[in-house]
Amino acid sequence: MDLGRRAKDSALAAFVALILAIPLVGFNTNQPGGNSVGTRWDWVAIAVAVVFVGRFAIGLLPPRRQGERPPVVSLFLTKHQHILGWIGLGIAIVWPFLPFASQYLLDLATAVLIYIMLGWGLNVVVGLAGLLNLGYAAFYAVGAYTLALTAAYWNFGFWEALPLAGLTAAIVGILLALPVLRLRGDYLAIVTLGFGEIIRIILINWQSFTYGPNGVNGLPRPTFFGLPLAARAPGGGKTFAQFFGIDFSPTQRFMFLYFVTLALALIVNIFIRKLRRLPVGRSWEALREDEIASRALGINPINVKLSSFAIGALLAGFAGAFFAARQTFVSPESFNFQESATVLAIVVLGGMGSQLGIAIAAIILVTLPEFGRDFAQYRMLLFGAAMVGIMIWRPRGLFSLRTPSIHLSDAKR
Amino acid sequence: MAYFLQQLINGLTLGAIYALIAIGYTMVYGIIGMINFAHGEIYMIGAFVSLITFFVLGAVGVTWVPLALVVVLLSAMFFTSAYGWTVERVAYRPLRGSFRLAPLISAIGMSIFLQNYVQLLQGAQVKSLPPVVTGGFRLMESGGFAVQLSYLQIIIVLVTVALMAGFSVMIAATPLGRAQRACEQDMTMAALLGVDVDRTISTTFLIGAALAAVAGMAVTLYYGVIDFFIGFLAGMKAFTAAVLGGIGSLPGAVLGGFLIGIIEAFWAGYFSSAYKDVAVFGVLVLVLIFRPSGLLGRPEIEKV
Repeated sequence: MDLGRRAKDSALAAFVALILAIPLVGFNTNQPGGNSVGTRWDWVAIAVAVVFVGRFAIGLLPPRRQGERPPVVSLFLTKHQHILGWIGLGIAIVWPFLPFASQYLLDLATAVLIYIMLGWGLNVVVGLAGLLNLGYAAFYAVGAYTLALTAAYWNFGFWEALPLAGLTAAIVGILLALPVLRLRGDYLAIVTLGFGEIIRIILINWQSFTYGPNGVNGLPRPTFFGLPLAARAPGGGKTFAQFFGIDFSPTQRFMFLYFVTLALALIVNIFIRKLRRLPVGRSWEALREDEIASRALGINPINVKLSSFAIGALLAGFAGAFFAARQTFVSPESFNFQESATVLAIVVLGGMGSQLGIAIAAIILVTLPEFGRDFAQYRMLLFGAAMVGIMIWRPRGLFSLRTPSIHLSDAKR
Repeated sequence: MAYFLQQLINGLTLGAIYALIAIGYTMVYGIIGMINFAHGEIYMIGAFVSLITFFVLGAVGVTWVPLALVVVLLSAMFFTSAYGWTVERVAYRPLRGSFRLAPLISAIGMSIFLQNYVQLLQGAQVKSLPPVVTGGFRLMESGGFAVQLSYLQIIIVLVTVALMAGFSVMIAATPLGRAQRACEQDMTMAALLGVDVDRTISTTFLIGAALAAVAGMAVTLYYGVIDFFIGFLAGMKAFTAAVLGGIGSLPGAVLGGFLIGIIEAFWAGYFSSAYKDVAVFGVLVLVLIFRPSGLLGRPEIEKV
């Protein structure tokens, strides 16, 4: 395109931006008195100018050719991802002992690990099986509430509740997915989207069972083989600190929860890696690529999809239990659509199917809001825009670390 | 009896709003075969544009209600359809021919973006509009319960029915409608025969967004309160309506919309209003189990 045409094209984009900006940017109903509008035409002018310049600049970039090599960073990462994974694990293990590791940083790292686990779990559904689960937070909620309610009603500890949390979430997942899996994937997406909202409504309204909008508090923390990590042990038993003859400090508790989460995250990672090598894992990817061909080869699509959906829900249930134990408090508001969207953004940005990419994306997306209120405020806006952008420009994710599941023999040389 | 009648009237009004949104889902699904997750957000934007136009008219001093209604209607349809067009152009068109999940993820990303865009620009709290159209008929009275039929309810249902009739004629008899039906059947073949596919799809989004804008205006007038999150549940219910009627079928969307509205009103009236959203969701799951092609739809044929 020559410059004149490009300018015309940019002017057109700017004109559309003007129309879009007039009502929602130009007028502001967010007035102290209500029932009136303020104007901010300066913002409209800025928006239009940004669109014009942006469109013009994008036009100046060289057009992308088909089959182009991915950017150098991503090539480097792909080549060394095995080493990178080990380095990441090394950092994760020594993290609590680093000189600057405060309680806050430990807690943040635990949160990151929980999101990594969630990301890996959703990856099984979205990245490997190609099913879209838009209500992932609902299964996370089922896990967290299983821990909370078994503790509240039957005094279950963390370790007794953990397997139950995963199991309940998986069963709920199966019951939800079974009726819609024989239909097109889009239906599963909207049913899970609805379910994510419904579970919140039920948690809020079924007060006699779920304690309603106030949530449940005083949840059990994990114990070390029955030794609680607290200042005083209930019922005259020994605490962790007393047993090992050391002084108690609350940091131990954070550190312990961190390591337990890390251990489970590692187990999840190995579990998924193994699954991908098994027939069921292969079937997920085959179904994702071509359902009709897979069916012709004798794969039962419903069972295979169901297994991926159930494993995704199971992992969300585990992560939910950890979330509940970290906060020692759950309430319905922790499991809104934003939560599902964040996990989906982690999977999409990290590159669907890539374990390391998802871990990197989780670290970035979870720590981003901690850098300041501004980030926290614009977080969801950026996530939404990033999901659209990634799909258009880099559908394999920012890092594109996915290794092929199967090498043909001549490619192995 | 009186209570029943009142719920029926309320349900029909609500149903008209859902039907208008459902048409957008069904038309887009029919033509490009994807669920436009951002459609609920388009409806929410329609509600905001209506609210803002009402405020601006109030500030300018337009007080004659019929004129205000027409101006708001046109303004909401114009600006909202611009949003609908842009969403398709930015988030869906570049992905045509991409892998199966790409447009769905892009759509959900767009939905998240628009929600937060409106929240950041217009604030998170609930916006309210003082009643614009007041008054109505008192139909009957029994046992101290009076059945009200407000002018606003009549307007909403009439406008909805008129718009739907108009669009049905358009799909059936105009060149644009013919092009749309051709794209629905086979996009490649339609392109070979000289139908401008991109343009037809864009127009579909324009129309869908314009109808959603009418729904947004109706809801602003009817409830008088809106916030940036209304698109989520309304979109969900309208989608349920489209599936119940048979996705891809225009009369189906209208029928489904009215049915969902009535189900919701009766559930809220006779059982519990806390669980009315759960009831609609239950309907969606039941329809998908027992009659996935909906009441008026054709069963989907999978092509290799």
